[in-house]
Amino acid sequence: MSQKPYRIVGHSLAKVDGPAKCTGQTKFADDLFLPGMVHAKLHRAPLPHARIVRVDTSEAEKMPGVVAVLTGKELPIPFGILPVSQDEHALCLDRIRFVGDPVAAVAALEEDIAFAAMNRIRVEYEPLKAVMSIQAALDNPEPRIHDYGEEGNIHKKVALEFGDVRHGFAGADEIFVDTFYYEGSTHLALEQHAVVAAPEPDGRLTVWSSTQTPHYVHRALAKVLELPPAYIRVIATPVGGGFGGKSDPFQHEIVAAKLALKIGRPVKICLTREEVFYCHRGRHPVLMSVKTGVKKDGSITAMHFRSVLDGGGYGSYGVASTYYTGALQTVTYRIPHYKFDGVRVFTNKPPCGPKRGHGTPQPRFALEVHLDKIAGHLGLDPAEMRRSQLVPPNSITANHLRIGSMGLGTCIDKVVGGSGWKKKFRRLPRGRGVGIACSSYISGAGLPIYWNRMPHTGVQIKLDRGGGICVFCGQIDIGQGSDSVLAQMVAEILGVDPLTIRLVTGDTDLTPVDLGSYSSRVTLMMGNAAIQAAERARDLVARAVAKQWKLSPSRIVFAAGRVFDTENPDQGMSFAESVQAAEAEFGTIGTVGSYTPPPSPGKYRGAGVGPSPAYSYSAAIAQVEVDPDTGWTQVERIWIAHDCGKCINPMLVTGQVEGSVYMGLGEALMEEQVFRANRNGVHKIPSMLDYKSPTTEDMCEVTTYLIEDPDPNGPFGAKEAGQGPLLPIAPAIANAVFDAVGVRIDEIPITPEKILRALRSPDRRCGPASYPRIPMPEPIRVPLPGTEA
Amino acid sequence: MMRLPKFVYHAPTSVDEAGRILAGEGTAARVVAGGTDLYPNMKRGHQLPPVLVSLRRIPKITGISGTPETGLRIGACTSLTQLGSHPAVKSGYAALASAVLSISTPILRNMGTIGGNLCLDTRCNYYNQNYEWRRAIHFCMKCDGSICWVAPSSKTCLAINSSDTAPLLAALGGRARLISTRGERELAIKDLYNLDGIDYLNKRPDEILTEILLPPAGGWIASYRKLRRRGSFDFPVLGVAAVLWKEPDGRIRDAKIYLNAVASAPLEAKEAETCLVGRKLDTETIREAARLAAEMAKPVDNADFGIAWRKRMARVFTERALNDLKE
Repeated sequence: MSQKPYRIVGHSLAKVDGPAKCTGQTKFADDLFLPGMVHAKLHRAPLPHARIVRVDTSEAEKMPGVVAVLTGKELPIPFGILPVSQDEHALCLDRIRFVGDPVAAVAALEEDIAFAAMNRIRVEYEPLKAVMSIQAALDNPEPRIHDYGEEGNIHKKVALEFGDVRHGFAGADEIFVDTFYYEGSTHLALEQHAVVAAPEPDGRLTVWSSTQTPHYVHRALAKVLELPPAYIRVIATPVGGGFGGKSDPFQHEIVAAKLALKIGRPVKICLTREEVFYCHRGRHPVLMSVKTGVKKDGSITAMHFRSVLDGGGYGSYGVASTYYTGALQTVTYRIPHYKFDGVRVFTNKPPCGPKRGHGTPQPRFALEVHLDKIAGHLGLDPAEMRRSQLVPPNSITANHLRIGSMGLGTCIDKVVGGSGWKKKFRRLPRGRGVGIACSSYISGAGLPIYWNRMPHTGVQIKLDRGGGICVFCGQIDIGQGSDSVLAQMVAEILGVDPLTIRLVTGDTDLTPVDLGSYSSRVTLMMGNAAIQAAERARDLVARAVAKQWKLSPSRIVFAAGRVFDTENPDQGMSFAESVQAAEAEFGTIGTVGSYTPPPSPGKYRGAGVGPSPAYSYSAAIAQVEVDPDTGWTQVERIWIAHDCGKCINPMLVTGQVEGSVYMGLGEALMEEQVFRANRNGVHKIPSMLDYKSPTTEDMCEVTTYLIEDPDPNGPFGAKEAGQGPLLPIAPAIANAVFDAVGVRIDEIPITPEKILRALRSPDRRCGPASYPRIPMPEPIRVPLPGTEA
Repeated sequence: MMRLPKFVYHAPTSVDEAGRILAGEGTAARVVAGGTDLYPNMKRGHQLPPVLVSLRRIPKITGISGTPETGLRIGACTSLTQLGSHPAVKSGYAALASAVLSISTPILRNMGTIGGNLCLDTRCNYYNQNYEWRRAIHFCMKCDGSICWVAPSSKTCLAINSSDTAPLLAALGGRARLISTRGERELAIKDLYNLDGIDYLNKRPDEILTEILLPPAGGWIASYRKLRRRGSFDFPVLGVAAVLWKEPDGRIRDAKIYLNAVASAPLEAKEAETCLVGRKLDTETIREAARLAAEMAKPVDNADFGIAWRKRMARVFTERALNDLKE
């Protein structure tokens, strides 16, 4: 990377989409109204598990204003986000698997009519025994929720061993074992999912949807509708919050598309808040066991991590989620021998999938609380213990993940210093305490969801002779600021104001493929592609200008909307004039850039989950006050340091960090996606009033430190910031609660009830009693890096 | 989105006119003021009144008159924001102001009224769900069904009274004025409620709650403690109102303690009150009174948090409310 100061990158410029958002002019999917548009609703199952005997839509069809009714028969082809889990149907064919599974759809002239008609659809069910928990899924292999998977209601088993854990444990001074539980939670994006599908006169179809992954929606639509992909255009509308909840192709998207084709009119479906709780794909509930061998100085000799995930009714991203619960333990502290057993079960609840941190907040909670206990037993300061065993930069972990830049040490130093840790830890009066936790996250997954050798993202740039710059990319801004990041990077290279750049994003007809806004991949991957495209454009323009001025192109610089001779700054022209020179020289100016992550060193089966071009690092210290009479925990303040490599826009990075803290607080203290097993398995609290997520009144003070340890794989050195900072929040709070009142809450959320129970229990703990016995296959044994035969 | 069902909307400008409309419409009509409780309920199909009679255009029942020395008359349509920030309320009835400002959110307090908060529909998380959800559990006795899912053997509905103002106004000896074409009556706020989650209000459908009368301030001290998950939005899962009248020597002449959100009506903790009378408010007395008050609390699993903890908190919160009243 060049050492020259950047003019645009690294500056806290206003978001390019800010004015439209602040003035209410952003057009979200639900803001779209097309001439002749009708509204559709999905009839959803009221039972958790049943065979469909009969669907009677006749009463609905007779209602004035109803224009079409659809059942699963017309959409028989299955789909799903992962090639190995094509287990969903747009409308259930013969079986429903959770309360909320859609069975039929109705389109009507008005939304009110669609609602009324939806409730006149009669479905006869033959109820099946429902499985509502991890233990129930393990105990009840029959009836099977799906007829694929490992066996019974076990969807997936993963067993991997890196090195030799027996040898590692034999070399330990002490061995510690703990069990943990992390309750499921949902994304709670403010925008409810919405879609508009419109048929075109030539047999084509356009679909506008609030989705994080227009490319995957495009693929699913082509598959289920049996249309050539070229006939389908998916446009991702600005997303009012995603957090992973809009990363799957969804039933309502396919249903709207099918209805639009069937009746020849645009069709809109906007989900109610309750339906969003059913779409879910949020945090898996995970039961975990962690066994660690350590030396007296706290260094780890071996670790065996086991997890069992409550997957809900369908596969979704679940196979990847399962691997993720075991993948990133190794990238923070040195673990010389590592074993992982992961299991995902099917249950009759809304399917779980990726929520901010995808499969890693749960094991990170377990690991960081476990380490805190170990430090306590060994009489070590938990911050120093962590600091002393960091994975070195530019190394390869036991599970073959390549670490590049690694700023966790600096992160720890920052929060330890900023919080006054040394004066506070174990020294605050009873009722108040501090706790520390660290974490790491990927900057994009090293492999795509479906196997292919093509780039993960592409950027096209078109320069206009009037000086306009149009940037095309399949990425979609979900509020995280990817549009601004894209504009700032291109603006930096072409020396213009980012607000002058026109962005065209998330449109499968117009933009090159980007895999989507998930796995914290956009800044790094899109950024590298944007740099390539912008540098190619800049080089063309520089060559043309240099020719006109009879100079070497290396002397041409771009800044402040002008193009200069670096050695004679008086010689310059406007950016528009420079494009005119280039167009005269080369013809229409358009360039492309693309990005494919570097290959991962891991070659074992399962090595596809975990590799990333770069890993971000976070350290957080929480300070809490716990009321011993009520168990009430008030998080007073969080100090958090995040190594994002290089901030493209520090204000946006800070926003992501603070947002992560906020979401982490909710998970740590109150959020629960829970069901009434006694009442047909309905979601207990499917509303924003009753599903408790923090309000601004409940938000704590946050001190954010941005650590810039540039990664050679990152654009301008940048790594991710959108997900990683969530990870240390829950364990930091759990550890702070222990420091405050001496009880261990080994279960998320940390509620006042659990604290009070732990305060009155002999073992001063609240958490799972044991980890279930699950027969596992022989692990795939993977030699440590550098020791392969 | 979930949409409001269609209805006829009347906006009379006098209580008389409103009363006449209500008398004419019979049970088809419902009174609406701020609508922050009724409209969400209508969206979920709990109530589908074909006729709504709005009180918002009736100037006479909005606003606060009187002084702390003489007592206050509060128009039932006074917004919660107005009430909670009114100088006479803040100075003479500070506990009421703080109870009012703990209701919901600032935006909803701008719409919601004191009359509406007193008449708040009882709540239960088997009931406060939309139509499709309730259909999935085959409905409950409060709406469209016949059983109480919280306690299937219960003959009455166990939905809870979740008003933040009712327990305090009951304890203070506040009174409510109800007007209909058949005349008007005044009753103590404590008598406004029935211990029945369905028939929870001692008010006929044709009656309009027009004003709330507060006794003079002074001579008593009051406190309200509210338990809820979050610092905003949430209804109480426990409300404790305590009012004490003290002798010059500090002994308690009279005491009123009401618990709310533990039953379908605010519950008067009579044994705790008796225990307080004649004694000074020392730690031992507070502990005993709190224990007695908490015995009345029998929370059921129809609101946020677990029932054992909520019951335990009844003691802690009564203690805290009484501790607020120590010299």
